[in-house]
Amino acid sequence: MSGHSNRAISTALTPESIRQTITETDAGADDAVARYALGLGDDALVLAQRLGEWVTNAPELEEDVALANIGLDLLGHARSLLTYAGSAWGQSEDDLAYFRDEAQFTNRQLFEQPNGDFAQTIARQLIASAYFIGLYRELSASADPLLAGIAAKALKEVDYHLDHSEQWLLRLGHGTAESHRRMQRGLDAMWVFVDELFTDDAIPGDEDAAPLAGIAVAPSSLRAGFDALVPRLITQAGLTVPTAPSARGGGRQGSHTEYLGPILAEMQVLARAHPGASW
Amino acid sequence: MADPLRQLHAAHELDDDPDGSGQRRFDELIATDSRIEPSDWMPAAYRKTLVRQISQHANSEIIGMQPEGNWITRAPSLKRKAILMAKVQDEAGHGLYLYSAAQTLGTDRDTMFENLITGKAKYSSIFNYTTPTWADMGSIGWLVDGAAICNQVPLCRASYGPYGRAMVRICKEESFHQRQGFEILLELMRGTPAQQQMAQESVNRWYAPALMMFGPPDADSPNSQQSMAWKIKRFSNDELRQRFVDMLVPQAEILGVTLPDPDLKWNEERGHYDFGELDWAEFTEVLAGRGPANAIRVSRRRTAHENGEWVRAAARAYADKQSADGQSADRQTNQAPAHEWMAS
Ligand SMILES: [Fe+2]
Ligand SMILES: [Fe+2]
Repeated sequence: MSGHSNRAISTALTPESIRQTITETDAGADDAVARYALGLGDDALVLAQRLGEWVTNAPELEEDVALANIGLDLLGHARSLLTYAGSAWGQSEDDLAYFRDEAQFTNRQLFEQPNGDFAQTIARQLIASAYFIGLYRELSASADPLLAGIAAKALKEVDYHLDHSEQWLLRLGHGTAESHRRMQRGLDAMWVFVDELFTDDAIPGDEDAAPLAGIAVAPSSLRAGFDALVPRLITQAGLTVPTAPSARGGGRQGSHTEYLGPILAEMQVLARAHPGASW
Repeated sequence: MADPLRQLHAAHELDDDPDGSGQRRFDELIATDSRIEPSDWMPAAYRKTLVRQISQHANSEIIGMQPEGNWITRAPSLKRKAILMAKVQDEAGHGLYLYSAAQTLGTDRDTMFENLITGKAKYSSIFNYTTPTWADMGSIGWLVDGAAICNQVPLCRASYGPYGRAMVRICKEESFHQRQGFEILLELMRGTPAQQQMAQESVNRWYAPALMMFGPPDADSPNSQQSMAWKIKRFSNDELRQRFVDMLVPQAEILGVTLPDPDLKWNEERGHYDFGELDWAEFTEVLAGRGPANAIRVSRRRTAHENGEWVRAAARAYADKQSADGQSADRQTNQAPAHEWMAS
């Protein structure tokens, strides 16, 4: 899997070009890398699906645009990661997105949480974006050139996503008594899913961690960066860093909150009604 | 004349342009196909016509997000999901550019939006139809964006500068939308029998409403002539409709779909396709609010707006606090309000 030339990688930024690079260089992911990419791809896909729910429902048109934009970026990351993951098993991004059941989805639980009100969406996005920044910054130095290429492109985008969440965190935190209350409640509700993001046993099929050394990023290594950033942002917004106990987690092993099933039912309904069809 | 508002406008126009030099310059700009800019004198009726047309157009873009937004979460492939999300996002962007163009005429965005969500303002009736199947994403792109392009390409040369320039930008994106819709249908028509049937059934539903997007026949369209004289509108409703049908027929052949009109046939003499009478009674019904989704469309946007009131209030309060602190020295740049996200 490390046989790609740099030139091939520099163009391997879209799902289509990734598919092409894999075909041309005959270098699909191996199983452990694929499972790692699948987890990251599922995170991005499920969150993109949630953001898509906002379109036509946002508090103002600019937010319809902004949330769709963020969702589109995440969908792009998901497509790249799932395409790469699927190369290990002869499956396409759509095989993986539409024809796996709930227990086979390996997203962490934060990403499947409901949009709630706008404040909850911002809380979820703040946590997600801060996590993604750390992740993609490290992953862009991965020994796996395709993962590194995907991460380098994603990094620029999640940086903008964090900026968006940060601006709203400040506005809602300092805005009115109601927005402050809602923002705090959103943070409290989402904070219980923070610990899972940084849990090392979440790398599937890689219990001894050795095979993916230098390729995958150990989630625990990202915690310090997150802790140095997010609590400071929350405090700057005049809000309190939540101290609620964390949820059990287990998303990488296919354990989910009750929210994932309905997301998948909706997302997959048409594709599953026409198995084998192309669109 | 009994209308006091009209009298007021007429009087105002005289005040505005006591020696008639504004009118002369306006007429000259129109005659030489030049652009009228926001700072130029213009007749009150010209301004009013533009505000009505541009804000209706903006509203159509905004309401038009809904029938397609309906399929974002269910798009049958990730590629189609991405294309659809980007498209619906483009439509929001079109609404925003057009609101900006209308604002240069002195009507503020909040008023236009308020008129939309209280049901006072019009938008294109086509968006009162529903999208029961995925194929409708194809039909909307191919037929509705297609009709929009035929309507809008001439508007790129509209005499009012900001409108024409907004349309140039919008038309580029609309032509992508049409191609994407065509591709959706093409993929379906090359697919399984169930997919082909889905495509044909959808085209059957959207074809006539799309033709009616050009508005009533010329004989029944009293406002059109003045708009043409002002070079806001360049072609009549019937001319545009004919152009659209002529464009669709060869595309339908490539797709392999049948256009649902038994009278559709090439007329050698005219050099155009003849087509059957449209059901203008249905058009009037939908226009009068009795379409499949009239009530839902407006109430959905209103609900979103009302649910978002606390968010906009927070943004306003924060901006006020920031500007109150504005003079105090070491404000961090990342704490400054991002104006592009502010409620106007
Ligand atoms: Fe548009
Ligand atoms: Fe469009």
